[in-house]
Amino acid sequence: MGRPVAIIGVGQTKHGRRFDVSYPELVKEAVDAVFEITGIDPGDIDGVVSGTMPSMMEGVALTHFYFADVLRSVGKPIMKTETCGSTGASLAITGYYWVASGMADLVLVVGSEKMNEGDSQATMTTVLEPFYQRYFIAGAPGIFSMQSQEWSVRFGIPEEKIRAAATKLTIDHHKDAFDNPYAHIKKELTEDEVNNARIITYPVRLWDVCPNSDGACAVIFASEDKVRQMDRKPAWIKGVGYSGEEYWFGDSDKVVWQSAIQASREAYKMAGITNPIEQLDVAEVYNPFTFQELLFYECFGFCDFGKACDETLKGTFARDGKLACDPSGGTLCTNPIGATGLIRVSEAALQVTGQAGDHQIPGAKLALAHAMGGVDQYNAVLILGSEL
Amino acid sequence: MSKDYNTLRHVVRLPHSYAAGPVWTRFYEGLKEEKIYGARCDKCSRIYVPARSFCPNCHENLDEWVEVSQEGEVVSWAYSSDREFFGMQVKPPFIIALIKLDNTDSNFLHFVGGVDFDKSAIEAGQRVRAVWNDEKKGHMMDIKYFEPIG
Repeated sequence: MGRPVAIIGVGQTKHGRRFDVSYPELVKEAVDAVFEITGIDPGDIDGVVSGTMPSMMEGVALTHFYFADVLRSVGKPIMKTETCGSTGASLAITGYYWVASGMADLVLVVGSEKMNEGDSQATMTTVLEPFYQRYFIAGAPGIFSMQSQEWSVRFGIPEEKIRAAATKLTIDHHKDAFDNPYAHIKKELTEDEVNNARIITYPVRLWDVCPNSDGACAVIFASEDKVRQMDRKPAWIKGVGYSGEEYWFGDSDKVVWQSAIQASREAYKMAGITNPIEQLDVAEVYNPFTFQELLFYECFGFCDFGKACDETLKGTFARDGKLACDPSGGTLCTNPIGATGLIRVSEAALQVTGQAGDHQIPGAKLALAHAMGGVDQYNAVLILGSEL
Repeated sequence: MSKDYNTLRHVVRLPHSYAAGPVWTRFYEGLKEEKIYGARCDKCSRIYVPARSFCPNCHENLDEWVEVSQEGEVVSWAYSSDREFFGMQVKPPFIIALIKLDNTDSNFLHFVGGVDFDKSAIEAGQRVRAVWNDEKKGHMMDIKYFEPIG
């Protein structure tokens, strides 16, 4: 176990279609915001971690070098972390390690994406090798659809029930997004609109799927000594867990999903969590697809396998429910992928420090943040708390 | 009022010649002969499809190649009706599926065809059989798709 580490400040851009700025200018917005919010002098930062999706989505290789000036990294160590959709969570874990190891006291961690400039689904296909799997990957939705179909068959969940739960999730999240000033898609949806929306990959329909967003997120990780010198509420990193799986999609079970289960259990163990639904106050679950969000509830032990739809329909995971999930609107409403996992961590930090504004869960003290990456190959979970 | 700014359009295209290595080469040669090869692990007895050089569980070298059944059962599937995007090698609409070929221990990813492309075209548990393209190119699409049987 390393030294205690806290998040001492977060900065986000307004996420959406951001053709009003170049990519470095977008990153600068988030970086400037976190320095302004914390009052930290950029010169006091010991190291910088930057991450995005694969270079094929960025249009520029080595983005962390491209962003060197706006990251205020000149003359400092800089590293890049990249794990596809979970990049943001991996960035946070990299920053955490750097401070926990004692090798740094203040680390700037930045995730970013400009999805609208390139072709995100074509890039997703290049995540896989051309010998076998690339032929069959119709962007991300095809894989997630297969996963949810297998889940419904395994546990005998009626299609209508999954549809009803997914519909409730997307209506709730798009409504919650109105209370998040940084969210991309905010919309009052009706059940009819959701249930009759265009099919993307059956049974996934338009409103089950996250948007392409442009955005950046910057977070400063601090050692306990630094935290004590500042008059700011820290969000302590209580637990981290992450786990990967075999490369070949057909080799592993994506329903009773080892990497998601193991990542959460490692993080729970480190944070002393034995009963997540009772102990956690809020969870920012990576939810690029409604159906996958339901499966994550089960993998994280928020409820038994096969029960997420019932619990969702009962309101267990709503903002006023037993465990509020994605009160920010989540990935479903805002997905600048390289930043997305870090936004989950940031939202968890804002919640446990009482700074989440209109989407604050009253009295939140313990929060979960999560992201998933690769072709269902990797999961990362962090637990953040208001107390050390 | 917001101002519109310029965008610069630039295309990056980089051809690659990916070395297939001995395992893919041998697997593809099998496809040319309308054979699907798996590899069996001596230690855990699992048969993996496509064949590979080592067991992902035991990390034993897999020297025993076996021709596997061309029939199996659909484990899961997804119907993709959505737009075609850059670099797609097969154009939608199509149905992708995880198929458990008989007596094997991993799921084989391929297309299901020979059905109307409709959301209710197929169900998990459906028996399917490989349909081969007449012209063989020595790659994964020598199998045209798997079609429902029985």
